[in-house]
Amino acid sequence: MLEIRDLHAKIDNNEILRGISLTVKPGEVHAIMGPNGSGKSTLSKVLAGHPAYEVTQGEVTFEGEDLLEKDPDERAREGIFLAFQYPVEIPGVSNAQFLRLAYNEKMKHTGGEELDPLEFKDYLTECAKVVDMNASFMSRSVNEGFSGGEKKRNEILQMAVLQPKLAILDETDSGLDIDALRTVSDGVNKLRSKTNGIVLITHYQRILNYIVPDFVHVLYKGRIVRSGGKELAYELEEKGYDWVKELSAETATANA
Amino acid sequence: MKEVETEAGDYAAAFERLRENPSRFPAWIEDLRRRALEQFEAVGFPTVKEEDYRYTNIAPIANGEFQPTIDFDETRRRARRADISSLIYDEARGSRLVFVNNVFSPELSSTEAVAGDIVVEDLAEAIHGEHAAMIKNFLARGAETSGDDAFTSLNTAFMTSGAFVLLPKNTETKMPIHLLFLTDATMSKVATFPRVLVIAEPHSRATIIEEHKALNEDAAQSYFSSSVVEIYVDDEAHIVHYKVQREAENAFHVARTRAEVGRASTYNSTTINLGAGFTRHNINMNLRGAGSESWIDGLFFGQGTQFADTHSLINHREPHCTSHQSYKGVLNDKARSVFNGRIFVHQAAQKTDAYQSNKNLILSDQARVDTKPQLEIFADDVKCSHGATVGQINLEELFYLTSRGVKPELARNLLTYGFAEQVVQKIEVESIKRQLDEVILNRLHTTLDA
Ligand SMILES: Nc1ncnc2c1ncn2[C@@H]1O[C@H](COP(=O)(O)OP(=O)(O)OP(=O)(O)O)[C@@H](O)[C@H]1O
Ligand SMILES: [Mg+2]
Repeated sequence: MLEIRDLHAKIDNNEILRGISLTVKPGEVHAIMGPNGSGKSTLSKVLAGHPAYEVTQGEVTFEGEDLLEKDPDERAREGIFLAFQYPVEIPGVSNAQFLRLAYNEKMKHTGGEELDPLEFKDYLTECAKVVDMNASFMSRSVNEGFSGGEKKRNEILQMAVLQPKLAILDETDSGLDIDALRTVSDGVNKLRSKTNGIVLITHYQRILNYIVPDFVHVLYKGRIVRSGGKELAYELEEKGYDWVKELSAETATANA
Repeated sequence: MKEVETEAGDYAAAFERLRENPSRFPAWIEDLRRRALEQFEAVGFPTVKEEDYRYTNIAPIANGEFQPTIDFDETRRRARRADISSLIYDEARGSRLVFVNNVFSPELSSTEAVAGDIVVEDLAEAIHGEHAAMIKNFLARGAETSGDDAFTSLNTAFMTSGAFVLLPKNTETKMPIHLLFLTDATMSKVATFPRVLVIAEPHSRATIIEEHKALNEDAAQSYFSSSVVEIYVDDEAHIVHYKVQREAENAFHVARTRAEVGRASTYNSTTINLGAGFTRHNINMNLRGAGSESWIDGLFFGQGTQFADTHSLINHREPHCTSHQSYKGVLNDKARSVFNGRIFVHQAAQKTDAYQSNKNLILSDQARVDTKPQLEIFADDVKCSHGATVGQINLEELFYLTSRGVKPELARNLLTYGFAEQVVQKIEVESIKRQLDEVILNRLHTTLDA
């Protein structure tokens, strides 16, 4: 469903992604790991269409269509969802207002049924159960004053509401307590299906016990330097990233 | 200067003609008014040469040939026919005073829910009652402190009615008190002078809604409204004050709010400027007793060629007082705003906690903001901060919303609404909030209802 080929991207004239290729098929869960600053969030934002990044080379298709020429809102309506590493606060706009707008925009696009405020409230309440979020969060401004973990839960709530085909979760596990990690993972697993894909960016092997990946990739300096099955995560945990850095040096020499 | 003198002459003539109405005021008020007129004649309208009016050209007011309403009977007749059902707030159904062109309208007002010793009454009525001495005392105090402010003098000179609210010691009203000042400008170019006197005695509590609006807005000619609102908050009293300014688009709205805040009391105000082509609001706050607290919030949502100027002076005179001022501006099209906020911390005001911010969201490259927050501190143990920002829609916020499938235009409107809503949502009278939301969303061509 997602096909990334030799993707290069830069921001403010710094090349951050330097040739990424990755294929996600329906039903697959891909974990992306890698040291700080390696370009994981950059990749996720490029996929979601952040305007600050310029794609200089390569291509991305989603369900056979060129993803890169589409605006962020269009990508979202077609089923891409990014759970932000740092969710943004939107003061003055309530969670419920915002989510209903987003939901109805999507329904308009996909020909589904739009919901009025009352109907949506019921739907939202159901979704909130999935991530064990209190109803009081729905009338609060989006992410404003939320704790770090609450913000992450709110991202997964949004995911549950919007039911994306492809979810990119950027360090959703960071900042979650042990119970929340389990709840959020359960929420993600509920979305997991034969038709949906998940890209899960994380630093920790722990979440991969709950959301078991089909593939693990290691991103370093804007390139995927190693791919493997879930055992790669254990290997990383054990050996740290120095090992990867050596790998990368080898690849670089090999490429030269 | 020439036109200004002519205009002062016009007001003098109007003042004389007004005397043809049978006066309901005692002699001392007539004196006060005459002195105010003389004061106004002596100073004249301010000009852009004065620092306080540098950005604010009031020549259209001085040249505008606005005239106070002289024919009270006709005004009352027209008021009786007015339909104000859409202007009534459920919460204040029985605690409302309505004035049309300076004339109190008993038919449109209702004070049946005002209980006990609390007084909510036309000033012209109250002045004959048991509180005459008190009113005299406070009006004189107001006149003294207004200095040579031409608009205040003019207001006093034409004070033929007004809202009088007295909250005696230990009284409290759950019902907000709605003071609705309407201008009917379908017949001529009206000058109107709303007046409010609120006296909150020790340990009393109330919410005051001050509202300015046009009657028959679509047919209204340009008009000029110049209000004076004086609020005395005594020790341990708690007053919430909402000012909703929704004058007609072609109106000139000049306002002066003065609050004297006593020991361990609170005065929280929110001013919403949505209407009028021209707005000038002078705020003068005096924290006079130790340990008082005050929030002074405001929102101007400007479109077209709307202009709003807020000049605010917050005086910390006593120790341990808190003042938090947060003013926001949303400016679309060619709207302009001026914010001049001074916080003055007197030497005695140790442990002052003062915060002031003026944030502006600019939606068009033709909109303009002049903002100048100022701190003057003469005490050494204080916590004071201030800041001003003028910016556009934040791109990270915009990306966040669009990444959920919301179209960019709607996302912008939502962010603008959210920016304004941060002021509006503090209003604790639900139907005001709902109405303001509606106006704001309307301006953004957006519906939300969630
Ligand atoms: N505007 C910018 N100009 C230059 N470099 C930038 C800019 N924005 C981001 N970068 C750099 O891009 C690199 C990749 O950042 P990115 O956020 O993608 O890393 P990450 O892999 O998600 O890291 P982390 O694990 O810490 O979240 C970092 O080195 C960062 O400093
Ligand atoms: Mg990151």
